[in-house]
Amino acid sequence: MIRFDSVSKRYPDGTTAVDTLDLTAPAGQITVLVGPSGCGKTTSLRMVNRMIAPTEGRIWLDEKDTGTLKPHELRRQMGYVIQHAGLFPHRTIVDNVATVPYLLGWDRKRARSRALELLERVGLPVHFAKRYPAQLSGGQQQRVGVARALAADPPVMLMDEPFSAVDPVVRAQLQEEFLRLQEELGKTIVFVTHDIDEAIKLGDQVAVMRAGGKLAQLAAPGELLSEPADAFVAGFVGRDRGYRALGFSTVEKLPTHEEQAVQLGSAFGGTDSPDGWQLVVDTDRAPQGWLRAAELAPGSTVTEQHVHRGGTLAEQGGNLRAALDACLSSPTGRGVVVDQDGALLGTVTAAEVLALIEGRADQSSGTVRG
Amino acid sequence: MISYFQQHQSQILSWLGWHARLSALPLLFGLILALPLGWLARRYRWAYPPLVGIAGLLYTIPSLALFIVLPGILKTKILDPTNVVVALTIYTVALLVRVVADGLAAVPEDVLQAATAMGYRGFGRLVRVELPIAVPVIGAGLRVAAVSNVSLVSVSALIGVPELGQLFTNGFQLAYQTPILLGIVLSVLLALAFDTAIQLFTRALTPWRRAVRPA
Amino acid sequence: MAKGGAAGMIVTDVANWLSDPANWTGQNGVPTRLLQHLQYSLVALVIAAVIAIPLGLLIGHTRRGTFAVVAIANSFRALPTVGLLTFFYILISPHIHGTGNASYFIPSEIVLILLAIPSMLSNTYAGIENVDPGVKDAAAGMGMRGSQVLWRVELPNALPLIFSGVRSSFLQVIATATVTAYVGLGGLGRYLIDGLAQQDYPQMASGAVLVAVLALLVDLLLALVQRYAVSRGVTGRYRRPAAPVERITAEAAA
Repeated sequence: MIRFDSVSKRYPDGTTAVDTLDLTAPAGQITVLVGPSGCGKTTSLRMVNRMIAPTEGRIWLDEKDTGTLKPHELRRQMGYVIQHAGLFPHRTIVDNVATVPYLLGWDRKRARSRALELLERVGLPVHFAKRYPAQLSGGQQQRVGVARALAADPPVMLMDEPFSAVDPVVRAQLQEEFLRLQEELGKTIVFVTHDIDEAIKLGDQVAVMRAGGKLAQLAAPGELLSEPADAFVAGFVGRDRGYRALGFSTVEKLPTHEEQAVQLGSAFGGTDSPDGWQLVVDTDRAPQGWLRAAELAPGSTVTEQHVHRGGTLAEQGGNLRAALDACLSSPTGRGVVVDQDGALLGTVTAAEVLALIEGRADQSSGTVRG
Repeated sequence: MISYFQQHQSQILSWLGWHARLSALPLLFGLILALPLGWLARRYRWAYPPLVGIAGLLYTIPSLALFIVLPGILKTKILDPTNVVVALTIYTVALLVRVVADGLAAVPEDVLQAATAMGYRGFGRLVRVELPIAVPVIGAGLRVAAVSNVSLVSVSALIGVPELGQLFTNGFQLAYQTPILLGIVLSVLLALAFDTAIQLFTRALTPWRRAVRPA
Repeated sequence: MAKGGAAGMIVTDVANWLSDPANWTGQNGVPTRLLQHLQYSLVALVIAAVIAIPLGLLIGHTRRGTFAVVAIANSFRALPTVGLLTFFYILISPHIHGTGNASYFIPSEIVLILLAIPSMLSNTYAGIENVDPGVKDAAAGMGMRGSQVLWRVELPNALPLIFSGVRSSFLQVIATATVTAYVGLGGLGRYLIDGLAQQDYPQMASGAVLVAVLALLVDLLLALVQRYAVSRGVTGRYRRPAAPVERITAEAAA
């Protein structure tokens, strides 16, 4: 657990980077600090491992005041990941990852085998071990950076815009894998980003900071979207707030209707549906798309060519945003609902999803929507 | 020291004049030769290693050695100042080829693309876009060459060339410090003068650098 | 004055002089002079390195005193070698009594050291400065103490520039050591100075060629040492990674 206790950072020339910050990053959870440039988020992060010293206040690591520990000892207990990774160009990948274990005095063999284990964990092929950082792409270097931070198994991880320097496709992959890793490891993570979408995607709780180093709101992502504390936060969180908030409303059971489906490769027997569309599934009953009855003679075989790609799929037990999107993106207006293995359960209509949403809103009366 | 200077004023000033000429001419010739060579090294990838390599080798040759070997090759007398000019030109070119090549290479790619897209062709682009941007780097190299030339010229006093170095040889032969100190002072002042002049010149050529105001 | 021969003649002159066995023996023989030359150069280089490199590391790492120290060191470059040599010789040699080389050796070494310092100092300091700030930040953030950051991270990455500084300095010293013969020191410069006094052009030219060859060989040797001493990750000497297109697909699979 990391706790900021009235922490401030003021510079001699008068600028206040962080202003009386009170914040607790709970153990085992991801706390994201987000805000515009100059809001003090990176400064706050760097005060945790004393790369920057606070001018006022204290920062607690569990029961210890971080100010009482020697900086380099403090830092060896925390994983530190920065933008562009900062890998040592003169060392091989495996020696880069093993840096903190070496600093802690582990013997070479143990440190290296731990490093190799971690390389696999972050999804890198083991033969990268003997390569040098300059031989890796940005995304790969970033993974090495994460592996390096995890090497000594620190309870706390500090991450400063770790995924900002890569392109969006790679960034999405890294974020997914990061969440998966956190599920396995359960570290206390303080994560800084300027990207509100990343904050909402990754954070268990999100701290929005404003220029001048003040905390504007600390809340779970869903709450941030549905109940922003003031105009600044609302503006920072951005448009489509209402729609994005749906991503945090799960529904126990979507009301599904039976949907007649024909298997790929079987004979087409005609359809009862009034709009002339029929759902196509494969042998595992996973939806492949829709076909138009008008395009097929009765009795002919249903092939790939006849399939119009369908919309997105909503998982039963998933969130309302996915459900609504399934309806909106389907050519027939009927959103396809599947179970956890991807097999067809039935369909739902947009009207039904909206009814659920409105039912929710009525329940929490007095809520301001949108 | 001042009185020594006054006593031998005309002689010393003549030497000073020679020294300045012998330092400046190689700079001029060297720059004129280095620009196309540096451009070649930059333009044709395969040319860079051999050109810069040979330049490196030439720069390695000690000055006194060069002052002595050149008369044999050029068929001049040993104390002919021409030897000095040729030798220092060789050093200046050797130093500047790499500087010019690297200076041109440092021009941002986007700038080059934009210039080409606007219709600049080869030579025009070189003269109007690439060189002006490379001026600070080339200027820095030129300053190093100037200062080192001033120091190297005095070595030629050993073979009899008239310049400030004569103050050192005279002083040495007479075991007399005054001319030596005077020579050192004048030499350093001359080097400083060259250095400042080149700095001012490059600054005049790059008005855009002065226009930047801190945010 | 000097016998200026045609270009062809100078080659034969030098060839003749070099092939004369008398020139390879005794106090004034090539091996003796060569050894002396190397000796004087190495002593100066080592002493200058002991001063310049740690100072450069300190300045680069702490970033304090950069301007002053570097400016002073660079101004040494403007000092005329012959002037310094004669100045120190006249200043110091009267105080040194007894036989032997000391009266020539000490003033010459002082000058050689002074001229060797600037290159190593500025290259060392620039090398440390040029290390990617992100790398230094990561090193400190992982818990390395200041000295550990310097030795384990900054220094290895600054090696290429430091080496190139040492090379420049060594060449500078070898070249200047040639001139020290003027104030009486031995070394290969003797052939040039004595040859000048005796109007013996072949001797002068041969001496010049020998010095040039020595300088070239030393430079090549140091280049080789540099190749193997600096981490491959820093110099980039390894098989090139896959082309961009292959890398993206490989990454998607990773």
